[in-house]
Amino acid sequence: MTAVTATDAPAQAPTAPKRSRRVREITGLAGWTVLGWVVGIAFFLPILWMFLTAFKPESSAETWPPKFTFSPTLAEFRLVFSGSTPVGPFIEHSAIATVGSTILVLVLALPASYALSIRPVGKWRDSLFFFISTKMLPIVAAIGPLYVIALKTHLLDSIWLLIILYAAMNLPLAIWMIRSFMLEVPTEMLEAARLDGAGRFREIGEVIMPVVSPGLVSTALICVIFAWNELFLALNLTVTNAATMPMFLISSVPQEGLYIAHLSAAATVASVPVILVGWIAQRSLVRGLSMGAIK
Amino acid sequence: MAVLEDVTSPPAAGLRPRGVSGREKWQRRLPLLPALIYTIVVTQVPFLVTLYYSFQNYFWNEPGGATWAGISNYKEVFTDPNFRSALWRSVTITALAVIFAMAIGIALAVLLDKKFIGRGIVRTLIITPFLVMPAAAALIWAGPMLDPNFGLLNYLLEPFGVNHVAWLTTHAYGSIIVVMVWQWTPFMTLIVLAGLQGQAQDSLEAARMDGANAWAIFRELTLPHLRPYIELGVLLGSIYLVNVFDQVRLMTNGGPGTSTTTLPFYIYQKVNYAFDIGGSAAAGVVTVVLTIIVASFALRLFARVFQFEEAQ
Repeated sequence: MTAVTATDAPAQAPTAPKRSRRVREITGLAGWTVLGWVVGIAFFLPILWMFLTAFKPESSAETWPPKFTFSPTLAEFRLVFSGSTPVGPFIEHSAIATVGSTILVLVLALPASYALSIRPVGKWRDSLFFFISTKMLPIVAAIGPLYVIALKTHLLDSIWLLIILYAAMNLPLAIWMIRSFMLEVPTEMLEAARLDGAGRFREIGEVIMPVVSPGLVSTALICVIFAWNELFLALNLTVTNAATMPMFLISSVPQEGLYIAHLSAAATVASVPVILVGWIAQRSLVRGLSMGAIK
Repeated sequence: MAVLEDVTSPPAAGLRPRGVSGREKWQRRLPLLPALIYTIVVTQVPFLVTLYYSFQNYFWNEPGGATWAGISNYKEVFTDPNFRSALWRSVTITALAVIFAMAIGIALAVLLDKKFIGRGIVRTLIITPFLVMPAAAALIWAGPMLDPNFGLLNYLLEPFGVNHVAWLTTHAYGSIIVVMVWQWTPFMTLIVLAGLQGQAQDSLEAARMDGANAWAIFRELTLPHLRPYIELGVLLGSIYLVNVFDQVRLMTNGGPGTSTTTLPFYIYQKVNYAFDIGGSAAAGVVTVVLTIIVASFALRLFARVFQFEEAQ
């Protein structure tokens, strides 16, 4: 008896479980799809709300219940760009500080990463950990004296100061990240180049740079994100000549009156560039954020 | 495939600086020097100046320079109950934000590791909060999201009996944490997701064949595998979040009272409202000393996470 059922079972088995597995797979897929989208939209909701509110007339932005249908207007964006405090100079300051500091970071980090990976200095490990330890020192602890230093060196409220400080802020991250890309240069390629009699500069230009340059782009993008979003130093060390985008946002909240739509438009203008950069850099975001630890 | 890379592993054997001449040594050092000197000057010098001013009486709005103050600034810092409470608040707010962000981050990573329709888009939606300018996020949460009269959150929670709650006055501390968690969960998600995608599938398959249930597999196989990734996320998240300032400044301004005054905001107030460079410097020095103590542990963890020991 037992022998019979044992031989019977496999003959029938393939069809029934197969179908139920298919069904399970499809319901699973549907379930995860629904859950995934609900969670994704929930996370995105405040940003979506910011976008929507930015296109509302001010009177529709502060209502109860909140309005989901309204006739969209660009009025608040127009105010952001050509109101009493136009955003132009702030964007300009932010762009100069961001691009300037990122270029400085790359100029400093590229040779440093080389000296910590391809032709390493003796104590490369100590240097690496020195760089990362500066990330742990809270800059806020020195903000008062930093203010005094800036005052005495006539760098207060100057974009140069922001460029210098943002470069120092992003340099450790860039060195760790670029180094992780340099370690990927195959040793055989380096040796082959050396056997060919390639000098150091040809080695860098022809062997290392082609491998590393995509990494440089993602490193730059991550530096851009952090520099563009920085508020603390800008708030303490700039007033008008170098005031950046986050400070424009603060100025868009008035002491009185309706401001929610205006604020949303300003916040949208401030955030969209970095959101786009982040979406483009998505693939390498995790590598940069983990300082090159995760590929 | 994502792997936790052996970042601090020594470069290939043939390139190691063994028995190199003095001239060669300097040739190797040369490319490193600009970055090294730059970092020392820009990041270390301000702390030396801070040390100097911590022993000075100096108010930047008053004429006349700094005068020697002895240890009076330190006395003030240590006897100021606001300093201690700000310090403690910084520790708890960072810990809570990191723990919640990591817990939710793990859940989201598990979700994003499943196959479903539109996964790429959902992943993009989930990482976006991290990209939003923190100042913008803080102001959007404070106004359109959390306002007691017209805020979206009160509207969404109305069916659950929530009635026009003034979140930033009644739950200021929690509101700040919510925004921190919202912004940093994507960071944790990405790091844990990289860990999940680097997990070998065959051992999971084998466990499934043995009839282990999903939770047991997650607990016994996946979590231990994720451990270095979780440690890395917690460590890096703490480094950034302990300096949280934007949300405090823009959502609650440290209040009500001092209920959301964290250490960075405390020092900011000393400089900007009390004009007290000496006092802020002393508070800064104490902060740095505490940070160095914590950071020395953190660096050790860092070294381990990056498999530093093994590389030696």
